[in-house]
Amino acid sequence: MNFEHTEERRMLADSLNRFIAEQYHIEARNRTAASEQGFSTEFWQQFAELGVLGALLREEDGGFGGAGFDIAVVFEALGRGLVLEPVLGSAVLAAEAISFAGNDEQKAALGEIASGDVIAAFAHDEPNTHYELARVQTTARREGDAWVLDGVKAVVQAAEGANVFVVSARTSGDVDAEQGISLFLVPKDAPGVSVRGTPTMDGGRVGDVTFAGVQLSEAALLGAEGAGYAALERAVGRGILALCAEAVGAMEAAKEATLDYLRTRKQFGVPIGSFQALQHRMADLLLEIEQARSTVINAAAALDADRITRERALSAAKMSIGRIGTLVAEECIQLHGGIGMTWELPMAHFAKRLVLIDHQLGDEDHHLERYIALGRAVQQDPAAA
Amino acid sequence: MDLNFTPEEEAFRAEVRAFLAEKLPKRLSDKVANGKHLSKADMEEWHAILNERGWLANHWPEQYGGPGWTAIEKFIFENECALANSPRIVPFGVNMLGPVLIKYGNEAQKQYWLPRILSGADWWCQGYSEPGAGSDLAAVKTTAVRGTDAEGDHYIVNGQKTWTTLGQHANMIFCLVRTNREAKKQEGISFLLVDMNSPGIDVRPIITLDGEHEVNEVFFTDVRVPAENLVGEENRGWTCAKYLLTYERTNIAGVGFSVAALARLKRIAGEQTRNGKPLLEDPTFASRLARVEIDLENMKTTNMRVIAAVAGGGVPGAESSMLKIRGTEIRQEILSLTRRAMGVYARPFTQDMLDADFAAEPFGPDFAAAATAQYFNNRKLSIFGGSNEIQKNIISKMILGL
Repeated sequence: MNFEHTEERRMLADSLNRFIAEQYHIEARNRTAASEQGFSTEFWQQFAELGVLGALLREEDGGFGGAGFDIAVVFEALGRGLVLEPVLGSAVLAAEAISFAGNDEQKAALGEIASGDVIAAFAHDEPNTHYELARVQTTARREGDAWVLDGVKAVVQAAEGANVFVVSARTSGDVDAEQGISLFLVPKDAPGVSVRGTPTMDGGRVGDVTFAGVQLSEAALLGAEGAGYAALERAVGRGILALCAEAVGAMEAAKEATLDYLRTRKQFGVPIGSFQALQHRMADLLLEIEQARSTVINAAAALDADRITRERALSAAKMSIGRIGTLVAEECIQLHGGIGMTWELPMAHFAKRLVLIDHQLGDEDHHLERYIALGRAVQQDPAAA
Repeated sequence: MDLNFTPEEEAFRAEVRAFLAEKLPKRLSDKVANGKHLSKADMEEWHAILNERGWLANHWPEQYGGPGWTAIEKFIFENECALANSPRIVPFGVNMLGPVLIKYGNEAQKQYWLPRILSGADWWCQGYSEPGAGSDLAAVKTTAVRGTDAEGDHYIVNGQKTWTTLGQHANMIFCLVRTNREAKKQEGISFLLVDMNSPGIDVRPIITLDGEHEVNEVFFTDVRVPAENLVGEENRGWTCAKYLLTYERTNIAGVGFSVAALARLKRIAGEQTRNGKPLLEDPTFASRLARVEIDLENMKTTNMRVIAAVAGGGVPGAESSMLKIRGTEIRQEILSLTRRAMGVYARPFTQDMLDADFAAEPFGPDFAAAATAQYFNNRKLSIFGGSNEIQKNIISKMILGL
């Protein structure tokens, strides 16, 4: 048993934390969030140079990391800085789908993702889905030796800034069948692709992406036809871990800000942190954040385990983070009082991110249900574990 | 980062399991598993079995008869015992007084009392709480006045202790007593060892809400205690008291108990039905169950993180307050769900249903009476050992700096 990160990971975390603390100021971050692109190309390149992207990819994919604890370390640091750049969509979600399902030629693109030269976006959620992984209405049909893609993908991170999309589409089967989902690599400038972008409440831009009769060559098919579900699950699993770790970083930042406030803000002639009603709420938060940290460790450790163990740990983590992240956000606002309601207060932006992380890759309810269903699968068929 | 036990720790766990499989009498583990009463003789039997193996005083250094285990080994041992439904070690002599004597006792006290703890010659109980000193422990009022007579130096003790767990079995009690009424309240306290058979001691049962006789009141009227029974310096007893309270809380989260209780709950929820289906498949019940199971999985890792942090030999500080709060909440939630799982049969109850030789047909499922009794009995978890609110005060002060 050992809860220390390796020397390499500690060094990466240290340099990333230092860079973010010194360079990634919240005021500039908030201006960038409201900018046309929603993130900074300059910072994107700097993060790539710092090894943020490479650390998320395995060696054979052109990176130098890619393990669960690499993801955890990087995203906790990104969470502390409320980083806007589309690391999750490109170097985790899209990259893992390509790594898992892609052929050698397609995987060659991973090097460009690792260097930051290519930004990939993961286009899977749809307007009529509510986090269900297998529910895919976008269709792809063969026409001669080409594929034709039709459908809409919802709330794709940095859709406008991306060069290429990983798109899930139904090539056979019922609308919510795991079988019959295929993945495609679609260049953003392909005819028939249009993006309707928007800023978000928690910073950065997303977009609904419409594919209208988009013609794709056979080379665009990622993995075997109809067998895309497994790749989706793997990609989303890593994404869940990343979001959970990001949330822990944001929780730490929100907690520190709130503690500072409790120590300095005076009412009735004393710091409000001297009031037991507030002390106990803060003690509860501390305890919950430690549980959140443990859940991320459990998920990171399970990332290479058998499917049921891995997916249960990931759902347990996302469920825990959904619950705790929302609690931390709400409590930190409450403990700040009126000032907690203001745009001016950095903590408020952490609170928004914490709440809205629960709206990515499945919320508390979704993952609680999934955790139960996966457990039932083990009971009915112990071999499934 | 590695959540696995080392090969050495795995080997140790296998050794503990083999020992439990061989030495833990089924008669005792059945009682524990089924929530039945344990007699004084049952508890003494288990102590003797552990002592024979040298595992009874597992927090003590080797030179005093401890096994010299690491924090992780202690954790493994405690967990395996809980999973095997072993009786718990009665902590007052072995886990509480022993470490205090080892740190603050004089040579004569160590040589006399420590072997008697191991052999079971003495059954110790704890004289800390008083009617006016619960969470505010330093407010103890029981007095000890020093004097000398023909038989030598002594203290005369007057006052009352309460919540004395298993005091009805004890022949010795360690007490916090006030030896200086002028000093600040923490500074006038001494740590005294008192023979329960002394004239002037009166033990009266307190029956808890589940009908159980577990705790007692102990009254002291002009009780004469030899001065040699003072541990540490006079008026410095608070140091011993605090040391005892914070010492070795590796198992304060009770993870092993929770894991064992959760396994039992799942078995029960697989047998009890709602809408014609096992409770396990009832969405509302399954969701409550999954929430506590996930919290427990997280807690296991939090507990291991604290243990790993102190594995170098330190004593866990305020972190153990976090373990205590959440660990007891989880245990209480599992027991609450177990009670819920019994439906209408959570209600029939008499004390003798918890006797191992209860011969009558049970009302409802086997565990029904025990489920309700354990639920009520374990409301104590968030109250004793420093209430969970006191733990939050400690966290605020020691970790948060508020």
